Amino acid sequence: MATPLHETPEHEALRREARRFAKAQILPNALAWEEANEFPKELYKQIADAGLHGVGYPEEYGGGGGDLSHALAVSEEMILEGKSVGTVVGLGSHAIAIPPILACGSEAQKKKFVPPVLRGEKIAALAITEPGGGSDVAGLSTKAVRDGDHYVVTGTKTFITSGTRADIVTTAVRTGGPGHAGISMLVIETSTPGFSVSKKLHKMGWWASDTAELSFDGCRVPAANLIGDENSGFVPIMMNFARERLLIAGNCVAIAELAYRESVAYARERKAFGKSISGFQVTRHKLADMASRIAAARALTNEAVVRSLRGEAVTALAAMAKNTATDMCMFVCDQAVQIHGGYGYMREYVVERLFRDARLYPIGGGTREIMNEIISKVEGY
Amino acid sequence: MKILVPLKRVADPDNANKVKIPASGATIETTGLEWKPNPFDEYALEAALRLTEDGKAPKVRAGEVVVVTFGPKETETTLRAALATGADRAIRVDAADDKLDGHLVARALKALVEREKPDLVLMGKQAVDGDSNQVGQILAEQLDYPMATFAATMKEEAGGLLVGREVDGGVITLRVKFPAVVTVDLRIVAPTSVYSMKTAPAFKYNDGVRFAALPAIMAAKKKPLAEVKLADLAADQGLRVTYHGFQAPPARKAGIKVKDVTDLVNRLKNEAKAL
Ligand SMILES: Cc1cc2nc3c(=O)[nH]c(=O)nc-3n(C[C@H](O)[C@H](O)[C@H](O)COP(=O)(O)OP(=O)(O)OC[C@H]3O[C@@H](n4cnc5c(N)ncnc54)[C@H](O)[C@@H]3O)c2cc1C
Repeated sequence: MATPLHETPEHEALRREARRFAKAQILPNALAWEEANEFPKELYKQIADAGLHGVGYPEEYGGGGGDLSHALAVSEEMILEGKSVGTVVGLGSHAIAIPPILACGSEAQKKKFVPPVLRGEKIAALAITEPGGGSDVAGLSTKAVRDGDHYVVTGTKTFITSGTRADIVTTAVRTGGPGHAGISMLVIETSTPGFSVSKKLHKMGWWASDTAELSFDGCRVPAANLIGDENSGFVPIMMNFARERLLIAGNCVAIAELAYRESVAYARERKAFGKSISGFQVTRHKLADMASRIAAARALTNEAVVRSLRGEAVTALAAMAKNTATDMCMFVCDQAVQIHGGYGYMREYVVERLFRDARLYPIGGGTREIMNEIISKVEGY
Repeated sequence: MKILVPLKRVADPDNANKVKIPASGATIETTGLEWKPNPFDEYALEAALRLTEDGKAPKVRAGEVVVVTFGPKETETTLRAALATGADRAIRVDAADDKLDGHLVARALKALVEREKPDLVLMGKQAVDGDSNQVGQILAEQLDYPMATFAATMKEEAGGLLVGREVDGGVITLRVKFPAVVTVDLRIVAPTSVYSMKTAPAFKYNDGVRFAALPAIMAAKKKPLAEVKLADLAADQGLRVTYHGFQAPPARKAGIKVKDVTDLVNRLKNEAKAL
């Protein structure tokens, strides 16, 4: 794996710390946590103490400084060395929950909500998707009705990462009329009466990460928790999606790289017809195809990251990077299972899990089809 | 307290299979190897940081830690990592990896100690590449300093240290007066292994070597890193150890399954000649 061209020696130093943490704290437990559908809550504190939880967030709010490229370097190493995608994405739910507060929240909101999360003391989740629809964000129906100094929130959110254990949920609600102009963002503390976790969901992959359905039943949320102005929530949601897509593309590159590494090692070791299966040209060519597609998705993702850091609008490019990386990741994980033969279908093998994890990516964070809608709009056809 | 910590980079033992020896057997091919700091040196640095900070608030520095390494320009990565972890200052002694041996490093360190005048030289018990376990001992001899090797615990007292060493059947505690040379073993990074006079007796460190957070990594770029020529420290750069050749260890043969205990004993006696 070549070092990305935009990375500095400081990125490498950071990667080294992330590798060290993942090897010591995640890797020995990866299978157990995936099978248990949960990782211990203490891990949030441990990763924060190691200085890795706040990477990419401003130091004045308890973050570690750095930018998206640093955050991506950390999550890549965590996936490669920890080998539990579920744990890494569970730990990382703040990466979609915190940015809207930092981008559009008041000083008081940033001070109140962000530092405890980055210190690993509180868990943050983002709740946009509803049982009635996820792609059509502008059509969401969870209602927030102003009543004095509060909003009374009623509705249901689903597929919410870290939802069962979250302390704060950055929630998209309808405060106005239909369409995107009636949407606001509220920070909802899960200790608020009327909030409940209605279901812990059972998933195909990402097992170590909990995913929940959340109910809001007359949940009285202080009006002070409104992010930005009323009915102005759609823009921060969309800005957040663009960033999430780059994180997702980065995850996919890391997952595929891991599946590839596992496959190379396995192909060297496994014997068939008296030789290593890497001795068959067809296996070597599979690996070569995997490596090529990973390199291509990595290059596009890195380009999108660099342009985004330069301040360019990367709405379409991020959507392209996401689709390229998610397609690539599914292809690579599928080939990885194939190279592993029957063992690739067994739960003790990392590639079995990666294959299941990979399937999420063309769905979560905006579907493959919605990405193409975005690209179409920007391209103007 | 001022502490000098010598650091060495070693080829990552996790990638030992990448170590290549050319057909001539004259050398070990180091290009393409991944480097990491020698683990015992990292433990020494962690112990040095613990001795030079206020245990009640472990982030507050209360002393100076100077790290030094020998090697080409690239070895500055190892020094920057140490600065990010918390060391205050770094020195690189410019040298070629294969023009060094333990004795020469110890002689050069002696000259450096005379310049820097630390209270304590704290170092790993050995480097995991050559496993020589020599430099600390030679250095103490050359300086005529008290020495404690394989430290598992350290407790600061006025003008010196109480050093616990694990030996067969128990622990020996040595009292060393500053200035001294101490080499450390793995257990020195356990939560209650190191206490300075400022550390509260009930204080527990996190197990292992601390992590460097991104702000510290960034700040390390600006910490002082000086370059010194080997010739300035050691007029005589002769080597006591020269290598006659390198050879990869023979590939391991497949194991066998023994039928029962009698079979095992017979084989140990007749084939392995171990009994
Ligand atoms: C494991 C997991 C974790 C998740 N975590 C979170 C989270 O933390 N927070 C959160 O808010 N959400 C989360 N999601 C939800 C995710 O973002 C949604 O599942 C996704 O946006 C799709 O919404 P949907 O499932 O309602 O599908 P739908 O919107 O019902 O889409 C169904 C199908 O129709 C297609 N489709 C829809 N509209 C169009 C169109 N205009 N043109 C063409 N095709 C279309 C879609 O592409 C898809 O193939 C998570 C989902 C999963 C599975």
